[in-house]
Amino acid sequence: MLESIRLTKSFGKMKALDGISVRMNAGQAISLVGPNGSGKTTFLKCLLGLVIPDSGDVTLNGEPVLGHWDYRRHIGYMPQIGRYPDNMRVGQLFDMVREIRRGTFSRVDDDLTRAYEVEKFENKTMRTLSGGTRQKVSACLAFLFDPDVLILDEPTAGLDPLASELLKEKVLAEKKKGKLVLVTSHILSDLEELTTDVMYIIEGKVQFYQPIEDLKARTGEDKLNRALAQVMKQNTAA
Amino acid sequence: MKTTETFIGLANPSRPTDIRQATASKRSDGLESSDRKNAPMFRIVKYVLYDILQNRIVIGYTLFLLAVSFGVFNLSDAPTKGLVSLLNIALIVTPLVSIVFATIHFYNSYEFIELLAAQPIRRSVIVWSEFWGLTLALTMAVAVGMGLPIFLFTPNATGLSLLAAAIGLTVVFVSIAMLASVATRDKAKGIGVALLLWFFFSLLYDALLLFLMFSFADYPLEKAMLAFVSLNPIDLARVVVLLQMDISALMGYTGALFREFLGTGWGIAFAAAVLLLWAALPMWWAVRIFKRKDL
Repeated sequence: MLESIRLTKSFGKMKALDGISVRMNAGQAISLVGPNGSGKTTFLKCLLGLVIPDSGDVTLNGEPVLGHWDYRRHIGYMPQIGRYPDNMRVGQLFDMVREIRRGTFSRVDDDLTRAYEVEKFENKTMRTLSGGTRQKVSACLAFLFDPDVLILDEPTAGLDPLASELLKEKVLAEKKKGKLVLVTSHILSDLEELTTDVMYIIEGKVQFYQPIEDLKARTGEDKLNRALAQVMKQNTAA
Repeated sequence: MKTTETFIGLANPSRPTDIRQATASKRSDGLESSDRKNAPMFRIVKYVLYDILQNRIVIGYTLFLLAVSFGVFNLSDAPTKGLVSLLNIALIVTPLVSIVFATIHFYNSYEFIELLAAQPIRRSVIVWSEFWGLTLALTMAVAVGMGLPIFLFTPNATGLSLLAAAIGLTVVFVSIAMLASVATRDKAKGIGVALLLWFFFSLLYDALLLFLMFSFADYPLEKAMLAFVSLNPIDLARVVVLLQMDISALMGYTGALFREFLGTGWGIAFAAAVLLLWAALPMWWAVRIFKRKDL
């Protein structure tokens, strides 16, 4: 469904992405893990066209997307740090995004908006919102247009336990519908619950990309965090 | 190709969104191409404009222009004299306010731009929306703040040419501001570049020109001067308005040549075309840069 082909990106001398070629299919939920600064966010931003790669290609359903913009209607994106116009009220923000996307979506999915009771703070301006509430807004916007691909960058960071659970339920529901979900997180227990596959990125390269079950079998561990820790240890030893 | 796309979006902002172009040109050079011909530019301009009007700087600017214009007209014994004073103020103030306000606003809208860039919107539409929002807001300020007093005191061709020059410079300097803010990532640097550009066009350029004139005083430089003046939007606006005021007789032989060329209908059309180029080229360049920019 979504594929990246030898994607490279450098920021000055630093190589953020160093030839990433992966194929991601509908129905998969993929954890992106790796140390800080390993290129996870840059990779996600390349898929979205927010960062323009130096070379390589990205395709969605076989169509190249680099240089295009219409394909973004199929993607819901929840950024790591949601930044919004300060003076805009929450309700206005939702109205604006809906208006801008008018004609590009077939269905509005306001499950999460209702679960988070957004109407209770829709008259507050974005500036006055706490970090967690802002994350809720980001999450609602990512799911709002019922997209085929969900890109969630550190979705649960900053959310309270209840909000976090609601979000996880929503992700699982969407996964069941056969959507492609990409999640980065440092909370491995969340990832273990949500995802089917794990992609380990280090220094802009994909170290491994396989179903979580396979990884567990390979390492002989029954928890994702232990399995990953073991792989990382092997890497540093090698 | 690229410019035509942006101009298509520009010319038809009110097209319905449902018309989609199925045939998409495939390119992989990192530039956005058109999948869908229409653009939700109108809707975005609306929000940009709303955001600008919410902070009261543009309203303050309108009131300032009103106060200055009324003051100048009331202080001078003849309206035409008032117009000359107003010209000098307009040539300094409108470019300065336009370029500084537009640059600051662009950097302050960075969150908004990031949000839009993740939506199914062409990147060029984002830049053009910012441009139109700023241009509309600042043009309205000039139209009210200077247009109203001019209409009351000197409702003639000279007054109109001054108003047109002020609006033209506003558009040109918003365009230059967009280029400055797209090209630099750092806010302080961007505002610095914007101020430097303003300084160059309003002071440095004239100083260089004077230096050139004195150094080559023995040569016939009139035609060259005409060319040099045309290259600076502020100088061009100044000369065109002064020619309307019938005081070009004071400008000597060069003035006579200017009058012969820029004083005619063709000359005014030429000046308008040059100003249009000054508005279009920086924006064209800004869109080019923004399409490749990492957000």
